[in-house]
Amino acid sequence: MQTAQDHQPLLAVEDLTIRFLQYGRGLRRRELAPLQHVTLGADRGQMTAVVGASGSGKSLLAHAVMGILPYNAQVLGRMYFDGGPLDAQRIEALRGREIALIPQGVSWLDPLMNVGRQLQNGDRSPQRKALCTKALQRYGLSEETQKLYPFQLSGGMARRVLMASAVVEAPRLIIADEPTPGLPAVTARRVLSHLRQLSQEGAAVLLITHDLELAAQTADRIAVMYEGTIVEQVEAEAFQTGEGLSHPYSQALFDAMPGHDGFLKLKGR
Amino acid sequence: MRKRMSESETTVQSGRGFWRDKALWRSRWLRSGGFLCRKGARLLLLLLGVSAAAFFLVSLSPVDPLQTNVGQAALGSMSQEQIARLRSYWGADTPPLQGYAAWLRGALSGDLGTSLLYRRPVLSVMGEKLKNSLWLTAAAWLLSGAGGFALGTLAGAKQGTQADRVITGAALLLSGTPAFFLALLLLSVFSVQLGWLPVGLSVPIGMAAEQVGLGHRLVHAVLPGLCLSLSGMPNILLQVREKMLQVMESDFVLFARARGDSWRAVAVRHGLRNVALPALTLQFASVGEILGGSVLVEQVFSYPGLGQAAVTAGLGGDVPLLLGITVASASLVFCGNLMADVLYGIVDPRMRKAGGLL
Ligand SMILES: Nc1ncnc2c1ncn2[C@@H]1O[C@H](COP(=O)(O)OP(=O)(O)OP(=O)(O)O)[C@@H](O)[C@H]1O
Ligand SMILES: [Mg+2]
Repeated sequence: MQTAQDHQPLLAVEDLTIRFLQYGRGLRRRELAPLQHVTLGADRGQMTAVVGASGSGKSLLAHAVMGILPYNAQVLGRMYFDGGPLDAQRIEALRGREIALIPQGVSWLDPLMNVGRQLQNGDRSPQRKALCTKALQRYGLSEETQKLYPFQLSGGMARRVLMASAVVEAPRLIIADEPTPGLPAVTARRVLSHLRQLSQEGAAVLLITHDLELAAQTADRIAVMYEGTIVEQVEAEAFQTGEGLSHPYSQALFDAMPGHDGFLKLKGR
Repeated sequence: MRKRMSESETTVQSGRGFWRDKALWRSRWLRSGGFLCRKGARLLLLLLGVSAAAFFLVSLSPVDPLQTNVGQAALGSMSQEQIARLRSYWGADTPPLQGYAAWLRGALSGDLGTSLLYRRPVLSVMGEKLKNSLWLTAAAWLLSGAGGFALGTLAGAKQGTQADRVITGAALLLSGTPAFFLALLLLSVFSVQLGWLPVGLSVPIGMAAEQVGLGHRLVHAVLPGLCLSLSGMPNILLQVREKMLQVMESDFVLFARARGDSWRAVAVRHGLRNVALPALTLQFASVGEILGGSVLVEQVFSYPGLGQAAVTAGLGGDVPLLLGITVASASLVFCGNLMADVLYGIVDPRMRKAGGLL
């Protein structure tokens, strides 16, 4: 018998709004709402991509789920993880273990701490060390890598270290924030195939990117973000055929994909 | 340093680790020799400049050493011959350039001359005064550094809380208070009103030297030491707090929290680590401030240390002593800054791995 929970995505974000209070000159107060009424789900075993232009609020969404928004942020709306409400306390208990973040670049590693120590997270037990070694090995990084400091990592290595940091424990939700920019195409595709693999192992993967082409190739579902709202959430195929896109912004994105312009013109004739 | 390369290239690179390390060590030793030579030359130039500046400033000073040290009345009752002898004793009849050349010649051969006021070799006077000052300034230096670091990191980590407001407010207030005013305030509270601590000097008045114990010395050093520490602390505290704020807002702290670290674990494991380096530099660079502060503080507390001796020598026209103290202080400050440089190279992995300074 199937319960209601099985139909619910692992992560469900409902009507999420993020506001910042900014104090201008004098007593004037300005309210910014860079994220408005966002509803989004990430399923187990699926890769969900959030695609949007720079500044559209993708990172804020990720940070809200991880509970690492700046202290002056006001969060409205509901989030659920595995059927239960995801409040600040529960996030704190889950993050790092069941929810993992793969951040944007090496600047997210402590420049003064070697890779091994950072992955260990203060737990120096042999069990934890073994887990870290295994996680690094998974992405082809040797034992030696643990002794390196972030500045000694090449772009591709850093990317793999960040991936490894997410899989030291077996998280059920993985949020990857722009894992590909600045990487050569081959490496970028490899990173995405690693993420793909994690989702095939049963994790829910939320891929945040502005590269629609890569997302359409690898993700199962695509959510299009535009100025702080999700304007469309469709199966990835929609961006290959162009059918089922209802919002003009996502249609414009589709048209801008290489090769599609001509395709549309042909159809128009 | 950081190069972007394809993944196949990185495996090749890690294969020749041994040879890279060996070459690195060689270049490190070569470089450390050059580093010490450069620093040594710079110290010599600095001492030359500082002593020359001090000498010519004193020679421009309107204070007449004879008037000050012998007195108008005594001078009046002296014969021309006696006065001439005194003038040559105080160096009043030697042209400045010649006087400086003579001092420099002596100094280069290790002889800093004889103090005109104390009538003893400058080195022995300085040794005695330094013994009084050293513990005072060293304790104040350590206290202001440790206190500034601890309170600064705490305030920075707890930004915006009551604790932060109290600590930062006190530091701002203190940094706006001149050292001599603070000294007078401490004196009037602890010595005059409460009567807990002596008003001045380094030993009880009128006590025979052999009766003076360590306890007496400590009690007399508490107030000047406290005053010196308190006036040196805010600078370090505020800068450490600022750095801590930056660190706590950095991406790597966000990521540490996302990996499940508690607030406290983040502050200790990542905050302290990243603040320690700049704090260390500040601490060694603050040697100069502590020495400068000791001049004022020792004066207010009549504490017979190097700082007070510097004032006495300056006002009394005791050029050899003044130059001796100037050169010694400049060397100390220089060593402080040098230590900061060297330690940075040792502690920061980025500089250490790249060969650093040493
Ligand atoms: N602390 C903050 N205070 C005020 N506004 C903020 C804050 N952080 C982010 N914003 C605003 O929220 C918006 C979305 O930012 P976000 O970092 O989520 O963009 P993004 O989609 O991740 O962009 P990018 O692709 O460049 O990473 C931006 O317009 C930004 O100005
Ligand atoms: Mg972003």
